[in-house]
Amino acid sequence: MNEVVLILGMAFITLAVRYPALALLGKIAPPAGLLRALNYVPPAVLTAIIVPAILFKQDRLTIDPRNDYLVAGILAAIVAARSKNLLLTIVIGMLALLAWRWLLATNR
Amino acid sequence: MHPRPPSRAREFWGGVQATGPLVVGAIPFAIIYGAVASTSGLSPLGAVAMSALVFAGSAQFIAANLLAAGTSVALILLTTLVVNLRHLLYAATLAPHLKHLPQRWLLPLGFWLTDESFVVVVSRYRQPDAAPYKHWYHLGSALFMYTNWIGCTVLGVLAGQHIQDPQSWGLDFAMIVTFIGMLVPFIRSRPVLVAVLAAGISATLTYSWPNKLGLIAAALLGVGAGVIAETYQARHRAAPDAPAEAP
Repeated sequence: MNEVVLILGMAFITLAVRYPALALLGKIAPPAGLLRALNYVPPAVLTAIIVPAILFKQDRLTIDPRNDYLVAGILAAIVAARSKNLLLTIVIGMLALLAWRWLLATNR
Repeated sequence: MHPRPPSRAREFWGGVQATGPLVVGAIPFAIIYGAVASTSGLSPLGAVAMSALVFAGSAQFIAANLLAAGTSVALILLTTLVVNLRHLLYAATLAPHLKHLPQRWLLPLGFWLTDESFVVVVSRYRQPDAAPYKHWYHLGSALFMYTNWIGCTVLGVLAGQHIQDPQSWGLDFAMIVTFIGMLVPFIRSRPVLVAVLAAGISATLTYSWPNKLGLIAAALLGVGAGVIAETYQARHRAAPDAPAEAP
């Protein structure tokens, strides 16, 4: 029962965020300044998700080679910048994570 | 080279193809969501239903974690709202490109809005060609993400019955590395670099804020910093010796 409320509630809230702006904003011309600002939305949001996810380990700021997400994340960023190939970035990033974990575990 | 005539099918499959790498990144994320959700208080059917009806990866993932921690439904709903607020910004970005479409297109495209599809389709919409069927490209991208998300959730739910502590496998890193691959190509100008640095530093400083509010604050600060940097750069370039801009 609780589960039904949770799922339908989340479904409603998510659609209520995604749909109205799509339906209404196209009809009203947004100011040029807003459009300019919107260009920065994807990089800013992605950064705000990525950076804490790789810098914090168990809720502690961990800037240290023992932070496997940080090491693999930096490597993935280098691959992304050099290759501009998303699939390659994902594959090398995941492999780097596994390899670094294995190295950390064997050199403990 | 002669451009090929515009076609709905070609746009649709173009969208599917461009979304392929992002789908690969979403596969482990959906599997781990399914495995975590079905072991954290949701029923197997509920975990799949959430993917089909909510279709918001980070919000679903956070909801499953909060549920496991015994958080109330009301607080999970509030967190969903906050985590999804970024979609408002995505929708506002896409809206000018979609204004010619009827509601029967806008409602499903709104429902299927994700970080991944947004990044793919916004670059298609911004291409200067006047192709009339760019929304079919959008549809292809969205449908591919959606069907993959549901299918992999089912796999995750099945796997969750057998795996102990799925998060310790580091599969959640798949989403992060996907986002890194999406972010880096955006950093082509100094103002974007400023936006990224500002968002990254603020996100670190606001990490302890409740309910992921720091995410929204950091994103807004990043956008603000980018706009300020762009304005500064434009002024700097309009130096006395520069030619006057065309009216």
